[in-house]
Amino acid sequence: MTNLPENTPYAVEMQDIVIRFPGVLANDHVNFTLRKGEIHALLGENGAGKSTLMNVLSGMYQPESGTIRINGEPVSFRSPKGAIASGIGMVHQHFMLVPTLTVTENILLGLNEPKFIMKLATYDKKIQKLQETFGLKVDPTAKIWQLSVGEQQRVEILKTLYRGAEILILDEPTAVLAPQEIDELMETMRTLVSQGKSIIFISHKLNEVQAVADRLTVLRKGKATAEGIDPQGLTRTQLAELMVGRKVIFQVEKVEREPGEVVLEVENLSTTNNRGLPAVRNVSFQIQEGEIFGIAGIAGNGQSELVEAVTGLRPIEGSVRINGTEVGNCSPQKSIRCGLAHIPEDRTGMGTAPNLSITKNIIMKNYAQDPISNGWRIDYLAAHDHAAELKEVYDIQAPTVETMARKLSGGNLQKLILAREISGDPKLIVAMQPTRGLDVGAIEGIQRLLLEQRQKGAAILLISEELEELLMLSDRIAVIFDGELVGEMAASQADLNQIGMMMTGALRSDG
Amino acid sequence: MKFPYKIKFESRTNDVPKWLPLATSLGAVVVAFIISGIVLWLIGGNPFQVYRYFFTASFGSWGAFSDILVKATPLILIGLGCSVAFKMNILNIGAEGQFYIGAFFASMVVLVPIIPLDSPKWLVLTLMALMGILGGALYGFIPGFLKAVFNVNEIITTLMLNYIAIFWNNYWIFGKYSDAGFQMTPTFDKVAWLPRLADLAKDYPFFSGITLHLGVVFGLVAAVLIWVILKRSRWGYEIALIGDNPKAANYAGINIKKNIILVMMLSGALAGLAGMSEVTGVVHRLQERISTNYGFSGVIVAWLAKLNPFAVIPVAILFGALIVAGREIQPSGLSFMIQGTILFLVISSDVFLRYKVRIVRTHQEEMA
Repeated sequence: MTNLPENTPYAVEMQDIVIRFPGVLANDHVNFTLRKGEIHALLGENGAGKSTLMNVLSGMYQPESGTIRINGEPVSFRSPKGAIASGIGMVHQHFMLVPTLTVTENILLGLNEPKFIMKLATYDKKIQKLQETFGLKVDPTAKIWQLSVGEQQRVEILKTLYRGAEILILDEPTAVLAPQEIDELMETMRTLVSQGKSIIFISHKLNEVQAVADRLTVLRKGKATAEGIDPQGLTRTQLAELMVGRKVIFQVEKVEREPGEVVLEVENLSTTNNRGLPAVRNVSFQIQEGEIFGIAGIAGNGQSELVEAVTGLRPIEGSVRINGTEVGNCSPQKSIRCGLAHIPEDRTGMGTAPNLSITKNIIMKNYAQDPISNGWRIDYLAAHDHAAELKEVYDIQAPTVETMARKLSGGNLQKLILAREISGDPKLIVAMQPTRGLDVGAIEGIQRLLLEQRQKGAAILLISEELEELLMLSDRIAVIFDGELVGEMAASQADLNQIGMMMTGALRSDG
Repeated sequence: MKFPYKIKFESRTNDVPKWLPLATSLGAVVVAFIISGIVLWLIGGNPFQVYRYFFTASFGSWGAFSDILVKATPLILIGLGCSVAFKMNILNIGAEGQFYIGAFFASMVVLVPIIPLDSPKWLVLTLMALMGILGGALYGFIPGFLKAVFNVNEIITTLMLNYIAIFWNNYWIFGKYSDAGFQMTPTFDKVAWLPRLADLAKDYPFFSGITLHLGVVFGLVAAVLIWVILKRSRWGYEIALIGDNPKAANYAGINIKKNIILVMMLSGALAGLAGMSEVTGVVHRLQERISTNYGFSGVIVAWLAKLNPFAVIPVAILFGALIVAGREIQPSGLSFMIQGTILFLVISSDVFLRYKVRIVRTHQEEMA
């Protein structure tokens, strides 16, 4: 919070912006202003028009009508170049960095200077100086692949600053960060505005917005439902209502349920990561029918490898049994036949085939079963009906079931995956980050679906970085640190502080 | 004063209408002929005359048309084989080698001979076809196995295996089965000749001199078969899933290694059958250069047909026509130029499938 006086001049004034895409009004007379030295948060569900509005500001789209003023001067950008020249810099959610080049090389990429000889040492110093001004610590000579996600983000911010950005657009910068990294980012944002920069901060989370933003604008279906209001004093329910247009109940109803037979038994499981280094060390746990077992931890502590080991996608040492059948080191197909449903972390990279239709994505797990298949052929009429039914039941928003999966939004893609995995009445569900990057409405729906499956008697392994979600859904929680389970407790007795310390390796309680 | 209109590319948000891919491909072929016409005109030729000659040389008579179909036959089979492999993102550019090995295996039936040459014709030809398929499949197995087990890049192995196949063939036609020292085997016994329409000339004089042989039927049957596999079968679904996202396919429990080997074998089998059809239907002996780059033209045919088995047939016929007309015309590079222009334009015409192109008025404020 910087508490700017009311009369601070505007860095950005956008008035009555209208953008029309075929069939939708992406921005419907939207107003947006940003004062100099201000952090202005922009919120909205996926598809509410946030990115469109920011693409207008960064020169990617030209509005049908409306005016933009930068520092009081009317502008009309015809390309991103014009916007950069006016001091607007966008830090995208997905980093645009070359992993094999150094930080300095990445920052210089695409610029006119240096011309032929790189003179890297000189530029390393220049960038070092820039870092010191803004408190963005990262080694200029390090290669991108050696950096953590948080450091890579700093490189992206440095890139825009080096190009002379005065107005920074941060597109959901916290979505990819671990909790401490988020704190560091907030600190950086405060430093930047104290140095006279202005920031547009796109986020889904009220606590982050309240922590740093001076003002708040909310978009819903292309219209602003709140314009430049003060975020302090706003409750989460009020904010969710502004974003979704209806009341959202954050506490999903969880019914007490006595766990049944053991479904998943993991014994002394160890496995390595893609570079051949140990990633999961001697992990053992059990999950019973109707029980959700949550695993907390900071990304990169072996969660992905653990999930792949349990779902049969990665070779292991030790044993994984589903309902008594050994599935470790067998084919993924065997695990599926034993009743495994897997909601993968990477929705586009693993969970779906982007250029195939919704139908073909929905039948991915049961294409070889009656009634979709009889013998060697696939009955595409039956497949179509099956897909249409699931599209209806799970409310997947798309023109038809023949639409390609890559045209779906993140939330709808996740609904497709859930529809496919859950409709097979699984015995065991392994869900990794099932709500990451989704908006509040979609998150609620997905959490409810998981609880429904628990009620039906499925055993659920839930891996998430959202502690709150874990505490709300799980029956038992364990913490993973450096490939080991360092503590296990009943969710009802879990203590946030204690879990936080276990996540960073400061505490362990083997029990 | 600025030009008041500009061209705008908009990403398509809706699904592409069904007729559009066909329309853009046809449009691209027409534009390719126009561009080639301009080039012809610039070098001092009369494009209309050239095209008229082109047309009569290829479609002008039944005899010429049958020649086109004869040239199109191996292109159909190889184009189908490439389509299957490309659908799974396996870039098999070894059809040339698989074609030669297929021809070699088929020829062995009569050269060794594997069965007595007084066996019935249908038996000899069926065995030759099976041998051709087997040869091509085995030759496709090698890069498939290397890719599946050792992750060896199939582009390199299939390309290199082409040369091995050609020299393998040369060894046998020079060294073992040479016809009086020439680079060819003796002509096969008539029992190993695929039936031709010309064989019917005694009863139907209309067919005299028509060289069209039974191989074209292999091509048509194969097209139906591949269509059924790709569009209606479980295997075809697995191929499409692996081709689009192998990680998703693995996650869905599909055995990718097995499929790589099987698809390479199917792809090779079709090229091998093309080789058999060529030696038994056209040249009637094993010799050098039985393929005029069919293996590589087949790659282009598959792409132009957008990997659609039925579209492979007309595209192969178009290429057959270009080959036939190319023989008749000087400079002979002309038909290659047209082939190249067509390929270039058809591939770039994809932009119309991904974007909507609109001509819009530039904004008022920008004009000021």
